[in-house]
Amino acid sequence: MWILSDERRMLRDSARGFLEGQAPASHVRQLRDAEDPRGYAPALWQAFADQGYSATLVPEAHGGIGLGVTEAGLIAEELGRTLRPTPFFSTAVLAAWLLREAGSQAQQACWLPRIAAAETVVAVAVDEHAIHRPDRLRAIAKRDGDGWRVDGRKQAVVDGHVADALLVAARCEGGIAWLLVPRDSDGVTVERTVMVDSHNAARVQFENVRLGADALVGTVAGGAALLDRVLDVGRVVVAAELLGIADEVFTRTVAYLKERRQFGRFIGEFQALQHRAAELWCDLELTRAILRQALADVDAGAPEAALHVAQAKARAALTAERAVAEGVQMHGGIGVTDELDIGLFLKRARVLQALFGDAFSQLDRVAILTGY
Amino acid sequence: MKSEIATDTTDELEAFRRTTREWLEANCPSEMRRPATSEADICWGGRRFTFQSEAQKQWMQRMAERGWTVPTWPREYGGGGLTRDEAVVLQQEMAALGCRPPLQNNGTWMFGAALLKYGSEAHKREHLPLIARGEIRWAQGYSEPGAGSDLASLSTRADVHDDHFVVNGQKVWTSFADQCDMIFCLVRTDAAQKHTGISFLLIDMNTPGVRTRPIRLISGKSPFCETFFDDVRVPRANLVGDLNAGWTIAKYLLTHEREMVSSIYERRAPPPLGRFAVERVGRDALNRLDAPALRTAIARFEVDEAAFRAWLAMFGAQSDIGEANPAVPSALKYYGSELAKRRNDLMMAAGGSDALEWESDRSEQGVLARTWLHSRKASIEGGTSEIMLNMIAKRLLGLSGT
Repeated sequence: MWILSDERRMLRDSARGFLEGQAPASHVRQLRDAEDPRGYAPALWQAFADQGYSATLVPEAHGGIGLGVTEAGLIAEELGRTLRPTPFFSTAVLAAWLLREAGSQAQQACWLPRIAAAETVVAVAVDEHAIHRPDRLRAIAKRDGDGWRVDGRKQAVVDGHVADALLVAARCEGGIAWLLVPRDSDGVTVERTVMVDSHNAARVQFENVRLGADALVGTVAGGAALLDRVLDVGRVVVAAELLGIADEVFTRTVAYLKERRQFGRFIGEFQALQHRAAELWCDLELTRAILRQALADVDAGAPEAALHVAQAKARAALTAERAVAEGVQMHGGIGVTDELDIGLFLKRARVLQALFGDAFSQLDRVAILTGY
Repeated sequence: MKSEIATDTTDELEAFRRTTREWLEANCPSEMRRPATSEADICWGGRRFTFQSEAQKQWMQRMAERGWTVPTWPREYGGGGLTRDEAVVLQQEMAALGCRPPLQNNGTWMFGAALLKYGSEAHKREHLPLIARGEIRWAQGYSEPGAGSDLASLSTRADVHDDHFVVNGQKVWTSFADQCDMIFCLVRTDAAQKHTGISFLLIDMNTPGVRTRPIRLISGKSPFCETFFDDVRVPRANLVGDLNAGWTIAKYLLTHEREMVSSIYERRAPPPLGRFAVERVGRDALNRLDAPALRTAIARFEVDEAAFRAWLAMFGAQSDIGEANPAVPSALKYYGSELAKRRNDLMMAAGGSDALEWESDRSEQGVLARTWLHSRKASIEGGTSEIMLNMIAKRLLGLSGT
């Protein structure tokens, strides 16, 4: 858990090499300025998939590689470093994991090979409020003859604007239903929301959407537990991406401290800045350690997984917030210009902090899970 | 997490585990299977030490016979000759039975390590077995009134004569010096140099001219002392390493000290703070801690504490395979001591006025308040937090100019 195996090291190094070569941080600025309707570059996503990254969590029987959340975390960390917008999180992590864990044989056979091959985008729709409150779902699923009917609204649906299908969590009699909703179903309205980080999400409305019996993923009785678990998978992978952002901004900032001169000295010679950089370095190591533990626990299905994920997401959110704030401040005036990449990292970190629960909500979870 | 340098096969290690457990069950007195409740309850060893009980004496002697007071030292110096893996097994089995450490002092965990690395064969044969058997207790003579964080500016002088040194000066923060038999000191042997004018000298506390006085702290009682040297004659043979080469040994020892301070969390895992607060403060209608701001502060602390424990484990695993940066202990020391202070501040907040009672049965003679005050020294002793941050900036981040 603490030391990366050779296989994992190779995976990380190849992901890093590929992303740095193909899509540096400035890539997201180009997409933004071009007002790209998709918000990501399909050709690059395909090239990414050709390396096998979209197949990470897909079992081998369905054309994937069958690796764990730990490996997904390593890739997410590298995506954080380069700010590369891809459907990796929505499709290769959340949707692949949900279908792998709870999908019927038919659902798996239909969707998993296409996810592995990057031929589809599947978005997961949970949040309904500006603040992440998965305990307060109002979307309703009702039995409708042999099938289902769904009504409700979702927001902050990552990649919802380009999804072929949506995995929707809705309250229903006896529990929570997870329903696989084709994007082109009658009654589905999708509104693209361009976010502050130039990545994309959507507001989705479901109005009297009728689905067949085969739309249910897993069971109604197991739906709430499935919700908890998929959110934890999402949180820990987002935490990994936040660590990647924090690490990258920190590296760039320390390099700047060593090259920028003021008052006849490198600014890195000033103790006021040295101490803040040193504290930040400690934050990064703390985050790396608790994150590795959380990833390993999620893969092992350990009883402490939920607690460790909450700790890791809280720590990663706080560390990234500090890293980008110090990154901007220590770069001085140039730090607030659009020309420098630091601002792009600042915006992306803000979105990921909020995604599936910010530090406040995760601290609350830590307290509840610890019993106080 | 398994060490790759281990030579034992799993079978051999499991056999060692079995025999170790049997031996501990047969030999560790039941009174020694409870944690020590105070510093007076700990077996420190040394000529001036009086055992608190027959069980304490038996336990230390039985462990010393096997060399298990210092399990990884070579047998010829009174150690147990255990491999790192075996020592881990011993530690785990002791923890499983709740066995106390049989002997705890500067010699077993700090000075001994330095002597093993830098001492002459004669030094090792003379001093190490006495430490292992708990017969001699060592004090540390580093800081001086004018040389705290800037330790290398120390001025206690050792003038070289034919076969001896003459030492003059003062040391401060010499923990437990009033209870110790010997002291290892950093002394100035070349006034013209800074780091390269310092030597590492062993001094018998009974030598004429050595005088020690306890220091009272804000927490009341304290283990700290100041120690004075007036024309103290020390044999030339008591010099460890070369003349003027003491700084290397001092740095090595400081690293051990910092690791020790930061590993307090591992050795004495304290109860979860949230649970402590609930016992004191109570719960609200939602079954949560009935003090929302305190609850958030505790959760924030507990996240950092969990991350710190994970960091220690990660550092340990990196050390095992030789991938750890040697400057990391400074960072661990910094963060661990700041956490210790935060924990104590929150304990005081949760304890309310009960925690403020300095002398009462309910407060167990002010144990909370005293521990809180005591924790203030964590970020000062062994190098202040500011010095640790300087070292991180310089050695880990390559920022110059400190």
